[in-house]
Amino acid sequence: MLGKGLLQGLAVTAKNLVGSYHDPARYVTQEYPEVQPKLPEAYRNFPFLVSETADDPMGTLRCVACQICEKECPPQCIYIEKSKDKKPDANGKLQIYPAVFAIDTAVCMSCQICVEVCPFDAIKMDQEFAIAATDRFDGLLLNREQLAKPNAYYHQIHPTEASEVDARLAAERRAAEEKARLAAAAKAAAPKAAAPTAAAAPGVPAASASPGSIPPPGPPPSSS
Amino acid sequence: MMLPDPASTGLARVRKIEGSALGLRTPAFAPEEGAGDLLEVSLGPHHPSTHGVFRMDVVLDGERIVRLKPVFGYLHRNHEKLGEGTSYLGSMPYTDRLDYLNSMTNNWAYAIAVEKLAGIAVTERAEYIRVILAELSRLLNHTCLAGFLMQDCGCSGTPLMYAFREREKILDLFESLSGSRMMCNFQRFGGCRVDPSAEWLAATRKLVDGYGAFLDEFEALLSGNEIVMARTQGVGRLPAALAVNAGVTGPMLRASGVGHDLRKVDGYGVYPRFNFRVPIGREGDVYDRYMVRMLEMRESISILDQALRGLPGGPILDPKSKQRGLRPKAGEAYGRIEGPKGEIGFFLVSDGTGNPTRYRVRAPSFVNLTILEDLCLGHSVADAVIILGSIDIVLGEVDR
Amino acid sequence: MILAAAPASPADAWLERAPVLLRDALTGWLPDALRPWVAALLSIATILGVFGLLFAYMTLAERKILGRIQNRPGPNRTGPFGLLQPFADAIKALTKEDIVPRAADQVLHFLAPVVLVALSLIGLAVIPFGRNLVAVEMEASVLYFFAAGAATELAIFMAGWASRNKYSLLAAMRALAQLISYEVPLLLSVVPVIVVAGSLSTTDIVAAQGGWAAGLWPHWHALTPWGFSAFAVFMVAALAESNRSPFDLPEAESELIAGHLTEYSGFKYALFFMAEYLGMAALSAMAVTLFLGGWQAPLAVLEFIPSYAWFGVKLLLLLLGFIWIRATFPRLRIDQLTRLSWKFLVPLALVNLINGGVWAATADWTGAAAVVRWFISALGVVVPFIFLARSLSAGYGPRTYRYASP
Repeated sequence: MLGKGLLQGLAVTAKNLVGSYHDPARYVTQEYPEVQPKLPEAYRNFPFLVSETADDPMGTLRCVACQICEKECPPQCIYIEKSKDKKPDANGKLQIYPAVFAIDTAVCMSCQICVEVCPFDAIKMDQEFAIAATDRFDGLLLNREQLAKPNAYYHQIHPTEASEVDARLAAERRAAEEKARLAAAAKAAAPKAAAPTAAAAPGVPAASASPGSIPPPGPPPSSS
Repeated sequence: MMLPDPASTGLARVRKIEGSALGLRTPAFAPEEGAGDLLEVSLGPHHPSTHGVFRMDVVLDGERIVRLKPVFGYLHRNHEKLGEGTSYLGSMPYTDRLDYLNSMTNNWAYAIAVEKLAGIAVTERAEYIRVILAELSRLLNHTCLAGFLMQDCGCSGTPLMYAFREREKILDLFESLSGSRMMCNFQRFGGCRVDPSAEWLAATRKLVDGYGAFLDEFEALLSGNEIVMARTQGVGRLPAALAVNAGVTGPMLRASGVGHDLRKVDGYGVYPRFNFRVPIGREGDVYDRYMVRMLEMRESISILDQALRGLPGGPILDPKSKQRGLRPKAGEAYGRIEGPKGEIGFFLVSDGTGNPTRYRVRAPSFVNLTILEDLCLGHSVADAVIILGSIDIVLGEVDR
Repeated sequence: MILAAAPASPADAWLERAPVLLRDALTGWLPDALRPWVAALLSIATILGVFGLLFAYMTLAERKILGRIQNRPGPNRTGPFGLLQPFADAIKALTKEDIVPRAADQVLHFLAPVVLVALSLIGLAVIPFGRNLVAVEMEASVLYFFAAGAATELAIFMAGWASRNKYSLLAAMRALAQLISYEVPLLLSVVPVIVVAGSLSTTDIVAAQGGWAAGLWPHWHALTPWGFSAFAVFMVAALAESNRSPFDLPEAESELIAGHLTEYSGFKYALFFMAEYLGMAALSAMAVTLFLGGWQAPLAVLEFIPSYAWFGVKLLLLLLGFIWIRATFPRLRIDQLTRLSWKFLVPLALVNLINGGVWAATADWTGAAAVVRWFISALGVVVPFIFLARSLSAGYGPRTYRYASP
């Protein structure tokens, strides 16, 4: 009968009108900016560079200017210049560092491929989304000083992922120290003819237990 | 005074209706000799219902469409050429931006093409996750489409808002899994990027369980509405023969009565393990296209239910697979899936280097749009708007 | 005067007479020759003020209710609960640049919104808002009202034509088609009321709806079978006359950008909106007067509430209906719109004319005969409705779907 569908429709809208006053499922608007969005941990926006400390961000950047991300970035928004000199990294090892590291956020498409390909866990995705600049060229071209954020900040925005990364880095460091120690011990023990069997025995389990010596399976874990 | 002089605009020629390239077009309407002057109106590219930047150059006799020329390319971004200059992995996030409502299915189709090209196997858990995400994407797409279509019919935003309310829930799931709401960049060669957590699966289960109730309410608002039926039934009929000849795929083809669904035909992924039906229409008009999508969503809910129940454990990425620096040996591959809009396919030719030498996208929106004039001739402006809405185009995919 | 000292008749209550007393107090000191003129000016000022405010808050209410129906809050930033939103809108409209296309017909382009608002307002002069509240007492006030209302579509045509825009031109043509189609059922639906009430004067028609059957059932026209049918036809035609969804074809946003409003900006644009809402309010006020007992209270015990309050409540309820319908339905196509009028509403209204005539002729039937009278009238509504609805919806209907065999 003509009109049945129309009345049914009116009933649906009436139900929603009344429901908006008592049923949260029928009143879904969140009033930004009073109510800030609850970002999931996996949320990503633009990349930032991880530094070990907040006091000396430029001195403790994890980035070694290997330029893998620069090559892999699909829209080619990363620009890196290697340093001429070397600086000690967090492990005290001398490393090249990025003299220039710039990301054009006007071009960046937040795909996080740079994060996936970085072997040093040096670049991660930020969650800062309310970004504005008055100059659309220079204002959006971020240099390494603007990009560097401490590891503590990384822990704050991606806690699960950051802990995993820290654990992995710590394990790698331990393995490296262990290796160095073994190498030193081996060097010290080299003159003695009977030593190799004794020295090799503890070395084998140490090597297989350290994730640093084999490539980590799959892409860097990120939480969901 | 207001009407352009037909001779000066070249509209006098319009009286001769040209035959279609497909040789199938029967002109639904030819203006009578001596009828009033024709009016040429440019609908778009900035028009509320062209779904982006799309232009319809319409010649009208009164309100009746005598000729319609679709004009596109306003959103051309050189997608295919970019693909030739980008590594295999680097093209993955670009595919998000084709049909930006369905990045999950775009990713999947591209991943299948590369997997075929490089001979990469996909783990079983990843196949299930892909099915779950593709079906969620289908729910999202069809829900939005119904909302947009009703907006084109003249609703004051209500169905669209309800559709977006539900879409938001699916986008939240995508965001918490992949980190981005629309540009998911989620699939990888040989699996997926992130393993869904137990909480995520529980949230998906909750959404799937509640979606049927939403559809019931949505359909109560629209499907039986006399005005909706009057506006959409008998409008924009697409004959099955024309649909097949023009290469139309997806819900549009099925609404014309052709039961072609790649999930059944190709049986890609783990779809053969699921029990689902393929709804088909009889008339091929706008209402059928709308209803076929509504019914498809019910089937998607059933697939999701089965997939969530049967989700196996194991790794999400084949350990032998390689993402960065992929160099497939020379050859070519075509990967296709049944996307929410139709057959989305990627054709790749490799010459053994890190980039494909040829990268070609078969975009369902684009192919489905080619028959727009055939559907619109003889109908009114108001009909052209809803016919365009029922085709379900996303200009990111049409223009690439 | 204290309310507790219950007056003999509700007409004598202090609140009831307050507007009239106020007018007399304001004009009492004037010489006799001036008094009717000042009183008329006062009525005009009151109508402008009340309906101006009603327009302002109707826009807010519409946006709020539409928002709530769509699970969102609606405007709530300007002032508490967004109550200052209409004023913010007004300031915005006033300060925007007034753009007139170079090719436009300058005079008509300027005149269209002015004429539209003026025509929408003058109909309000003959509405009895309360027991003694009618600006102009006129013998043929119903006729006057519809004559004024019919002219509004011409103003829309003016706007569409003068803009020299293709979308506007299409809108203008639609507006004319709509005007011609819907004036007929609108007027036809009113004729039985005039037949039954025996007068063309709105005051008399309201007076004819006074009293209660069995002390409970008001004698409102909408509460009789023929009256309900006439009321429904009137409201559908009123939706079309005021260009409201689902008949908002002249400004069909998804098809014609903004139709006849495409080339208007700033305050002229706001005037069109004002005219739309005033027209809607005027037609609703007429519907209240003709079918819902005007200012009459629904129950005798509720008569202590002043008559103009009852009128306001009924008016707002009808306006709420307009908003509710807008939130729910899609738009019709122009050929369907005219078909609905000529093939459904007009025949229904014509049958109803006979129905109303029979009702008027059988006014003296009482007791069991009264039941027969109601039955005949109900039959005269339901049977044509079923037949006409069937022919109108022929070819349309829910469908069943097949599934492809695997």
